[in-house]
Amino acid sequence: MFVLVVGSGRVGSSVATSALRAGHTVSVLDEDPLSHERLDVELGRSWEDAGGRFTIGTALELDALTEAGIEEADVFIASTDGDNTNLVVAQLAHRRFDVPKVIARVLDPRRAAWYAEQGLHTICPTQIAIEQLEKAALEIG
Amino acid sequence: MYVIIAGAGKVGWNLARELLERGDEVTVIEQDRRRYLTVEQELEHAVQYGDATELWVLERAGIQRADLVVAVTGDDEDNLIICQVAKEKYLCERIIARCNNPRNLTHFKLLGIQPAVSATDLILRLIEHEVPRYGLVHLLDLPEERLEIIELVVGDGCKAAGRRVADLSLPEGVLVISVLRDGSGFVPGADSVVEAGDEVLIVLDPGLEGDITQLFVANGASGASA
Repeated sequence: MFVLVVGSGRVGSSVATSALRAGHTVSVLDEDPLSHERLDVELGRSWEDAGGRFTIGTALELDALTEAGIEEADVFIASTDGDNTNLVVAQLAHRRFDVPKVIARVLDPRRAAWYAEQGLHTICPTQIAIEQLEKAALEIG
Repeated sequence: MYVIIAGAGKVGWNLARELLERGDEVTVIEQDRRRYLTVEQELEHAVQYGDATELWVLERAGIQRADLVVAVTGDDEDNLIICQVAKEKYLCERIIARCNNPRNLTHFKLLGIQPAVSATDLILRLIEHEVPRYGLVHLLDLPEERLEIIELVVGDGCKAAGRRVADLSLPEGVLVISVLRDGSGFVPGADSVVEAGDEVLIVLDPGLEGDITQLFVANGASGASA
């Protein structure tokens, strides 16, 4: 599969390296060249030598998305640090580029829930943290 | 009319001021605490502190009864999401979005966020109007209807100069609708002769400008200086 990850912070870079290790074609788009180093470190070797692709650019730039290979992507992951950026770029991937599988990370639980109702696949780390904390707190209590 | 304005920057603040003066009810939402405190000194209860992309903040501002939501923050993603949520979740009938980067206009369009206003784009159009490239001015663009009207000055020694309209071999989808010469205009017929210096109005399908420029602009005049 061709996996395109937009936003290579802690979450994005980990998902990208696991996908690459699992044998998928992986392309990463991030505006910060430093995120490339994070990929190298997580992988323990050069990202490109291991077959990864990396493009510097912002999520909403069509040229950058195209260069990163959005037209061939089977899976699109929006994991920048901005909820609204992720929501917008995920909708672009879905509606403009017809990427079969699109996932957006959204920290705000309510926005994540509403967009999920609209048919967007959202993942909300905050909601997961809330549930785990509640569970842990109750177990201790 | 009840208007919610997201973003109390220069645009949002001035807009609020004008609308309040007109007698409209306004709530401005500003997420920067310091900016909020500054604006609040003048607008008082008409400004609220919060992130307008958060649903509870919009609800606190009374989005359910808003007649119009205007998103004018400095962030296009935020403006897109605020308007999308206003329109699709809260069924607000009218939205207006500010588009800071004109390259993002296509995203606003794709997501149905209209109208989207880009100051940069407006200025670019004005520049095009004032300093026309190849003497060509866009008078009207109707992208939905796939129609444009342009004005241009017939160049000295161009292919069209001195020829009858019928002999111009205009591409399909192009029509010369008026000729202005020596201060008076006429609607040309097939036998009318186009002369250098004439100002002509042309209606055409989008994308045919290149062909038109070749016909009406003198050889070598295009390109270099533009």
